[in-house]
Amino acid sequence: MNNQANHVASPELLTINAARLLRDGDVVFVGVGLPNLACNLAKRTHAPNLVMIYEAGVIGAQPVRLPLSIGDPTLVSGALSVCSMYDIFAFYLQRGNVDVGFLGGAQIDRFGNINATIIGSDYYHPKVRLPGSGGSMEISAWANRCYIITPHQKRRFPERVDFRTSAGFLDGGDERKKADLRGAGPQAVVTDIGILEPDENGELTLVSLHPGKTEEQARENTGWALKTVNNIKVTDHPTENELQILRVELDPDRIYLKGGE
Amino acid sequence: MAKLMTLSKAIREFVNDGDLIYAAGFTHLIPFAAGHEIIRQQKRDLILARATPDLIYDQIVAAGCARKVIFSYMGNPGVGSLRIVRKEIENGKLEWEEYSHFSMISRLQAGATGLPFMPMNPTAAKDLESLNSEYRMVKDPYSGKDVVVVPALKPDVAIVHVQRADAEGNAQIWGIIGEQKEAAFASGHVILTAEEIVEEDVIRSDPNRTIIPGFIVDAVCHTPYCAHPSYTQGYYDRDNVFYLEWDQISKDEMATKNYLEEWIYGVNDRIEYWEKLGVETHKRLQIKKRMSIPVDYGCY
Repeated sequence: MNNQANHVASPELLTINAARLLRDGDVVFVGVGLPNLACNLAKRTHAPNLVMIYEAGVIGAQPVRLPLSIGDPTLVSGALSVCSMYDIFAFYLQRGNVDVGFLGGAQIDRFGNINATIIGSDYYHPKVRLPGSGGSMEISAWANRCYIITPHQKRRFPERVDFRTSAGFLDGGDERKKADLRGAGPQAVVTDIGILEPDENGELTLVSLHPGKTEEQARENTGWALKTVNNIKVTDHPTENELQILRVELDPDRIYLKGGE
Repeated sequence: MAKLMTLSKAIREFVNDGDLIYAAGFTHLIPFAAGHEIIRQQKRDLILARATPDLIYDQIVAAGCARKVIFSYMGNPGVGSLRIVRKEIENGKLEWEEYSHFSMISRLQAGATGLPFMPMNPTAAKDLESLNSEYRMVKDPYSGKDVVVVPALKPDVAIVHVQRADAEGNAQIWGIIGEQKEAAFASGHVILTAEEIVEEDVIRSDPNRTIIPGFIVDAVCHTPYCAHPSYTQGYYDRDNVFYLEWDQISKDEMATKNYLEEWIYGVNDRIEYWEKLGVETHKRLQIKKRMSIPVDYGCY
């Protein structure tokens, strides 16, 4: 077990550190993949009263398998409630009943804005066409707190995103405040190197490193001059319990946990 | 009883070239059989609206039936890229109109409730709003603050798959109800496909579960396994093997053509398609029962 615990794959590191950000009793807007794993892990460890809601219109889901898609019936069987998509976005998200939203994207910029739409400068003739917003435009605006899970790579962290699919702190300063959005915006970006948090100006700043990772690695893999806080922390090593739950209970086939180092 | 008809007849009668179609179902209850029938009948110049185009629109686009897609998330759900729609868009061969999920669904909500538009709070992510002129900003007349509005979406035809309906089209769905009700009420015509056609008594025994009333429905088509390869809660699982296969098939023009030839043009209807899938696949998609506890409506 010790040996296993010493070799933590990147997706495991991302998932475990994301799970730790959740608080007991949070109402979380969950996506498939790593956010789903992180929420289920938190629920089985420090946050048993976590309420998982899904954009397909499911509230209080208790999936017994990894959902194959966001509309998997496993989310419904045993859930507290099911509603329409309009209701989930309006009554739950827009109304302010969602504590946490998880987001990802092809690009995340210095101020936490996310691009999930196109790579390139011309919307009509993109270099790469991505899937688009889905729920992320509203989640980033209206969830009380947003967390972003992403591998730490330079191409994913440009100074400015090619397309602003969802708003972080816009151009920084008090721009988000002026936009009068009800949610507080991205509160942490969890990567396989460490954790970034917005400073008072909304600029994503390195606040902690995972065991064995360095500030240089973080800087080399970031597309802007990454700031670091003075008292940088080291995240706690994944515990055997966390790894065991992920590997044995949640993703035994390593559908989402494969890859990494 | 006149509403009960084959899916082939329903598509012939209610889907015209150039129509705006909304095939409903948020990754659940996707009416694939209807999509295949549209392909077989070689409809042309369709405008295809769906929050998630999914494989059903990838296939309709591949078959050359569409001129435009309206969407809010263009991916192969849980798998990756929706290759054919994406390629056609990247190559400028397919028009598109893009939204976020909430604005897409708000358009349907407006259409379904007879309103001209639907307001939403601003999100401050303005790039899409500035490129899609259907997004507008208006002043809330009460507070003076900005609200974002999107116009009603009024499809010519909605296609909705349900677990059970009676012959008049009173339809019950359980599980993820996505945008089926909104799509049905927003549209000019409604084609219903159902796993089971039941007596009116069955519907009346549980009226809370009825989300579409028969009087807005034009056609009722008994179409078991209509949603394969997607899920139908309580009936069968998603054929995830196929979702992964399509990721490979759709990379290659010849493989796509062969697929359409073999699985769509090469079969007459859903019954033949389902039989062709074979017993192994049927078994793989079976699910165990998990019954709800009945409620007492009481006698009054």
